[in-house]
Amino acid sequence: MRPFLYEAAIDAAAAVALASVSATAHVTADVQYKGGGTTLIDLMKLEVMQPSTVVDITTIRDEAMHRVTSTNDELRIGSLVSMGQLHADKSIARDYPILTESLWQAASQQLRNMARLGGNVLQRTRCSYFRDTSYLQCNKRIPGSGCAALDGTNRGHAVLGTSEQCIALYPGDWAPALIALDAKVEILGKIGKRTLEFEHLHRLPAATPHVETNLVPGELIIAFVIPGGPRRRSLYRKIRDRQSYAFANASAAVAIDLDGDILRDVRIGLGGVATIPWRARRAEVMLRGERLTEASANAAANAEFDDAQTRKQNAYKVPLGRQTMVRALLEVQAMEIS
Amino acid sequence: MGQINAASPAPLANMGEPIRRTESIAKVTGKLIYAADAPADASAEKPLQAYFVTSAIACGTVLEIDTRPADVLHGVVKVYTHLNAPQRVATPYTQKGGYVSDTSMPLTGPEIRNDGQILAMIIAETYEVARDASYQVKVRYAETVPASTMESPGAEVTHPQALDEKEKKAGDFKAAYRDAPVKVAAVYSTPAQHQNAIELYSTTASWSNGELTIYEPSQFVIELAYGAAAMTGIEPSAVHVKNPYVGGAFGGKGFMTQRTALIASAARDLNRPVRNVVTRAQGFTLATYRAETQHHVHLGADHEGRLLAYGHESWEMQSRRDDYPLAGFGVTTAMYGKPAIETRVNLVKADRQTSGFMRAPVEMPYMYALESAMDELAVALKMDPIELRRVNDITKSPVDGARFTSRSLMQCYDAAAASFGWSKRNPEPGSMRDGDWLIGYGCATAGYPTHMAPAIARITLHANGDALVEIAGQDSGQGTYTVLGQIAARGLLLRPEQVSVVMGDSKLPPGPASSNSLGTASLGSAVKLATDKICAHFGGSAPPEEDRKAAFAKLGLDEISELGEFIPLGKRPEVLDKLRKGQVPFASQARGDQSANGIPLMFAFGAEFVEVRIHRLTREIRVPRMTGAFAAGRIVNPRTAHSQYMGGMIWGMASALLEATEIDEKRGRYVNDNLGEYLVAVNADIPKIDILMIPEVDHEVNPLGVKGIGELGIVGTAAAVANAVYHATGKRVRDLPIAMEKIMN
Repeated sequence: MRPFLYEAAIDAAAAVALASVSATAHVTADVQYKGGGTTLIDLMKLEVMQPSTVVDITTIRDEAMHRVTSTNDELRIGSLVSMGQLHADKSIARDYPILTESLWQAASQQLRNMARLGGNVLQRTRCSYFRDTSYLQCNKRIPGSGCAALDGTNRGHAVLGTSEQCIALYPGDWAPALIALDAKVEILGKIGKRTLEFEHLHRLPAATPHVETNLVPGELIIAFVIPGGPRRRSLYRKIRDRQSYAFANASAAVAIDLDGDILRDVRIGLGGVATIPWRARRAEVMLRGERLTEASANAAANAEFDDAQTRKQNAYKVPLGRQTMVRALLEVQAMEIS
Repeated sequence: MGQINAASPAPLANMGEPIRRTESIAKVTGKLIYAADAPADASAEKPLQAYFVTSAIACGTVLEIDTRPADVLHGVVKVYTHLNAPQRVATPYTQKGGYVSDTSMPLTGPEIRNDGQILAMIIAETYEVARDASYQVKVRYAETVPASTMESPGAEVTHPQALDEKEKKAGDFKAAYRDAPVKVAAVYSTPAQHQNAIELYSTTASWSNGELTIYEPSQFVIELAYGAAAMTGIEPSAVHVKNPYVGGAFGGKGFMTQRTALIASAARDLNRPVRNVVTRAQGFTLATYRAETQHHVHLGADHEGRLLAYGHESWEMQSRRDDYPLAGFGVTTAMYGKPAIETRVNLVKADRQTSGFMRAPVEMPYMYALESAMDELAVALKMDPIELRRVNDITKSPVDGARFTSRSLMQCYDAAAASFGWSKRNPEPGSMRDGDWLIGYGCATAGYPTHMAPAIARITLHANGDALVEIAGQDSGQGTYTVLGQIAARGLLLRPEQVSVVMGDSKLPPGPASSNSLGTASLGSAVKLATDKICAHFGGSAPPEEDRKAAFAKLGLDEISELGEFIPLGKRPEVLDKLRKGQVPFASQARGDQSANGIPLMFAFGAEFVEVRIHRLTREIRVPRMTGAFAAGRIVNPRTAHSQYMGGMIWGMASALLEATEIDEKRGRYVNDNLGEYLVAVNADIPKIDILMIPEVDHEVNPLGVKGIGELGIVGTAAAVANAVYHATGKRVRDLPIAMEKIMN
């Protein structure tokens, strides 16, 4: 490993001041925040990331960043809460099953104990051509170099939100759940705090796949805010090759509000199929105010994947993604709510 | 003795006691010293660390390799490339009488013949500096398009004459198949797989007064010692390999690789101990692996299910430089009936590394193909697949009439079927459901030849009742330490805790490779023969505890030491000389071919049953339960045997559903070279597994009456899973792994 400077921040403002010197906020940034380090350290060992300064944010003393608070109006989750801490919270499991399910089905218990939620949503792709620097073609790592996955091994790659420059998958489980809960993200930057719709945090790869988020240099995620109170009729359905410790082949996070069979409201986040945490807006629009049946769910899922772009090995993600969404909708409808 | 439970079954007939593994507590509390931690002695000189730079292309030439940015890093001692690497002496390939698992001889020239070939070796004071330096080495390539798969242009199909003897023939297959009223013809394939033991590959080499000490996880320490001597140009007696514990091997540590001599030569050149730990990703290309296979199987039968014709042509992926043929017809033709038989194997040469052992290397792919075809034949006949096996059960080889020493296949089927609840199966595909889940039941035969190799064990019995067993064998988790102690204790009328077993050291009396499931049969037989010789001093049986002191006093001795020399049935005494030199007598030990020269067929059998559940929408496959019944002669320890069978079935299930090395066809490179993306089964995938050990007595196979069980559990599982998937969905998946996309609606 190359030598780097390690700074332990004592408060969020100090961390932001240290990190704001970077020219970009992305994989090539010279200063990187370290939460649990479960992605960063891995990628530093592989030399995919080579920061000269690592700012440890787990040392930040700001209590609010380490805490979960809930009121009738909102749930507020500090960005330094670990995945393990949130999924062990029994009131969350009751009021927001979608959050608990998306967390405990991710990674392993050891990783969940280390990984912080702020870093979790910024987890980088598992694309092998990105993670292995011996491949010279990766637009995410070396802008303009090309994309080896287009004609390479791409069974695990995205079919939604792709571009000719990048088909790398966003691998996380928790982010689709945040999408389905209409979450917002609070961000601290050099000039102050701002709030962003969570679904606007990530950027489609388009022509600049190395720019993964709308964060600017130094910006630090402080908290996630979920408005509107408990969402007990919600769930996360993850389909994967093996039962544990595997990334999603496809996943669906759904939160609905039912009036008999009629969907008063429905929100759907998709994982395992897209370049970013995917909001299934087309499907939501088709379903809102309609009766939820397998047929209506199918029609909505078909529409959502209408524009899917497939490659040699990942065409199965279209039927799989659709059926995962349908299954999640039927199962959330059938949930027994206490 | 502990509690009797599922993991520690009560001994039935012809079984020893289910004692716990002797090193189990030390193992789970982290007290065992593995090769990459050795020498543990704090006064030993700290080794330098070696790190390999490997090729980023599969085929081509190194035009230029610029090591200067690495050379100047603080802590870098030396950077070797093909321009300055220490000389080594080439040794032939193991299958040609030499000592090395492939003949690539890295760092001897600029040519690149496969992905991940060693291009430079960094030696540094610490691992981190060496790794950092590896990223600084800049290589310029002239790249050519690799032939990376069997279908790639440039892949060459060959048929060396040496394979003829492995190809079985009987009767007129073409006519028999043509005339058969019921037929199946299908193509099956298995993917590339890597062993991925949790303990990484490593070598630590240190020289002292011209003598070389090697710490390396190995399944064959004698071979490693002779191989290292050959490649470093010294006398075999000057090499000492120490390797008491192996953290999983699965074939990957079977024979010496090219790494050992590289590290030993660097240590000699620098006059310092040198250690190399291969990274997980590099382990995919710097050792052998299971290569892809394809099988074109033809079965013909009469209306009652009796086999009339069996044709099997296979294609096996190979490197350009070495042939590692499997040609598993010796196994498949020992299974059923008396059909006309025609078999042929083709070796497909491509720009890939040399393949090699991986659990049941021969039986897993070949029996997957045959047992899938048998299930298809049962469907075509509208016959229960168990009854199809019963109709074709045999007592002698359909090829040459050689008899089996024992064969309990149908006993296994009947016991497993009853335990599993096979009678509840509705044979109609897609007919069994539980809500949104489709249910499928499948079964298949497990069969594994009883391999044996020569082995020499020394036992020293003291008058106080302590006994020491010494043999250069290996234990990579099977329980070999434990069962050898039990065998010695039984022969010498001792309690197991009175026996110490020492292995994993090339200076001990020689033992064979821990491969081919031959450990207990071979090492154990040598131990048994040594106990017999000790007993002879006492008139044929060991003195019981109360008489022991007096018996020794009568002989005027404090201790007695004897060598047991085991020569497998049908082998000449000269095989012991080969053993002493770490050579594997492959030519006379072709797998499943023991029927030559009038020697009977020796096989262990089993029957495996699997339930799968497949979601009607999302099509992921889950395995809630498996049942395996096995008969393999005497079971020395039903607890370790249970673990072996269970581990085999888990591996077999994973090879059906999960395990596959993904190859970038265009670039000829392995892409999922880590445990995140190369999927092995995790606990959550592992179902309820019922293991039934069917009592079987076979006094012919060897002095102990034991057959090999280490790999038996793997053999039928993949086909049983595939057959269950067919039963659940009506879709026959003929290429492994059975990933969800292959059964997607």
